[in-house]
Amino acid sequence: MDNDKVIQVEGLTKMFGDFTAVDAITFDVKKGEIFGFLGANGAGKTTAMKMLIGISIPTAGTANVAGFDVFKQAEDIKKNIGYMSQKFALYDDLTVKENITFFGGIYGLSRNVIKEKSDVLITELGLQKVANQLVASLPLGWKQKLSFSVALIHDPKIVFLDEPTGGVDPITRRQFWEMIYKAANEGTTVFVTTHYMDEAEYCDRVSIMVNGKIEALDTPKKLKKQFNAATMNDVFLKLARG
Amino acid sequence: MKRFIGFVKKEFYHIFRDRRSLFILFGMPIAQILLFGFAITNEINNVDIAVLDHSKDATTKEIIYKISASKYFSIKQMITHEADIASVFEKGQVKAVLNFENDFSKNLINDHKATIQIVTDATDPNTANTISNYVNAILQQYQLELNKGTTTPYQIVSQTRMVYNPELKSVYMFVPGVMTIILMLVSAMMTSISITKEKELGTMEILLVSPINPFQVIIGKVVPYIFLSVINAIVIVLLSIFIFHMPVQGSLFLLGLESVLFIVSALALGILISTISKTQQTAMMISLMGLMLPVILLSGFIFPISSMPVPLQIISNIIPAKWFIIIIKGIMLKGVGIQYIWKETLILLGMTVFFIALSVKKYKIRLE
Ligand SMILES: Nc1ncnc2c1ncn2[C@@H]1O[C@H](COP(=O)(O)OP(=O)(O)OP(=O)(O)O)[C@@H](O)[C@H]1O
Ligand SMILES: [Mg+2]
Repeated sequence: MDNDKVIQVEGLTKMFGDFTAVDAITFDVKKGEIFGFLGANGAGKTTAMKMLIGISIPTAGTANVAGFDVFKQAEDIKKNIGYMSQKFALYDDLTVKENITFFGGIYGLSRNVIKEKSDVLITELGLQKVANQLVASLPLGWKQKLSFSVALIHDPKIVFLDEPTGGVDPITRRQFWEMIYKAANEGTTVFVTTHYMDEAEYCDRVSIMVNGKIEALDTPKKLKKQFNAATMNDVFLKLARG
Repeated sequence: MKRFIGFVKKEFYHIFRDRRSLFILFGMPIAQILLFGFAITNEINNVDIAVLDHSKDATTKEIIYKISASKYFSIKQMITHEADIASVFEKGQVKAVLNFENDFSKNLINDHKATIQIVTDATDPNTANTISNYVNAILQQYQLELNKGTTTPYQIVSQTRMVYNPELKSVYMFVPGVMTIILMLVSAMMTSISITKEKELGTMEILLVSPINPFQVIIGKVVPYIFLSVINAIVIVLLSIFIFHMPVQGSLFLLGLESVLFIVSALALGILISTISKTQQTAMMISLMGLMLPVILLSGFIFPISSMPVPLQIISNIIPAKWFIIIIKGIMLKGVGIQYIWKETLILLGMTVFFIALSVKKYKIRLE
């Protein structure tokens, strides 16, 4: 295995009955990279991601994540990754601190480490005033940032973000991307899906998925050149129109 | 272990911060005891009774014939000694014993008055009441026939005697039923809802992506409910003892063990329900329709099983609550030990194992 590649996928396929949601996709992700996983609604992004994080068994193909096989070593994969789902999924009826403590706990962090991380995290996110408030009372943008930090609490090698900025205002989106950059700079590989084409520009490399297949994969710069387009949005439109 | 404690703690936060679950947990037991404390009259049908005939003369034979000819009773046994009365009740074979005094005909002819004793099983006071009313009606009828054209009327006097619970407080009989319902509600419905809630909110997915074992997730979710169910059972028993002065005859330890067995079976059902429902709404509906209704209607809690149509009687056998109610009525009201309820216990145990196996299997499938 190439040590530089933390995700290696070949011919990965998922079928729901007769319907092929993910159709033989093949790609690699390098260590420390921000990999944008683009596609329209229903393209199969979430389905593909679920196979990579070990909660959905592929119909065919192979995939290796953080050095482990998705078929045989899903449990090892789970220890090495963080995941932020498309749906906001912290506990609304727990406070900010309680959420951090709980998720730190299930990743097996010790009480001291949790306490330390929790303080740092709350300060970084500027949540000191609301640390003991129920998460339900926070605005969506704050929730998303908190959710991201929680996904990183155990210092995973790879973090999977499924539309982390969906429905969030542009300013918060910017801040969110700053957090992503920071994580990547610290060596975490970021695998992120998004609908926003401007965000695609921030990625090191992007793949574009159409109807379950990866139709294009390269750096944003090269893709724009390849499709003779000014922005990633144009690239996307050209691909989508066929 | 530390992970596990964190899990349980989080579950308690959920429970204590949700008004609905607080109400179900703490408001329900009291409300139900009060609600069901009021007597509800029941119809009876083909109730098994025994007869102790000290006279064996023409009159008693005729009365026995009339009773067995009615659709309300079927005479299951003729017994010969006073002492047998207690044993037929203990075995649960009959709901009542008719006890004719010595020289019934002679007394009737000589004194124009004879006495019959209706002994009923007071663990089920509603049925007991109804039975003695029906027997009395038949006796009255017979007396009318007897007195046609006579100047000095013959009088058949009936005395009703309750065994096990001579004071007859109807709330006693509801306590086992209420306890069953509450345990079912807390264990099965609340767990199925709380697991489904995590599915619905998407947090279940996050838990499954974490290194925590999926079975640990489920155990972590059910442990608080076991704990709360046990507390509830204790509260109900205490309420019954201190407010309704219910005498708990049997071993509290056995009562506790049997309750835990029932709680576990209900939890397994709750997990099962959560594997087949996508939303909390569905989980709640399935729990109510699939569990609570049968518990209320078919377990013998309100309607005596013996007076149900045969198909329903057969169906009632697959309801764990039916067996649990028999068990705890036995322990609480009759004071019986395991030797009298081992069969029911074994059935309940078998059902529990089956439900656990099924829910484990279903749960695995769900994880694909
Ligand atoms: N469990 C399932 N059973 C059947 N079909 C499914 C299942 N999960 C997803 N699909 C279908 O697979 C396709 C891909 O879905 P997926 O959620 O992966 O898309 P997506 O790219 O993440 O879309 P979005 O941008 O809306 O999140 C959709 O047509 C969806 O309806
Ligand atoms: Mg998606």
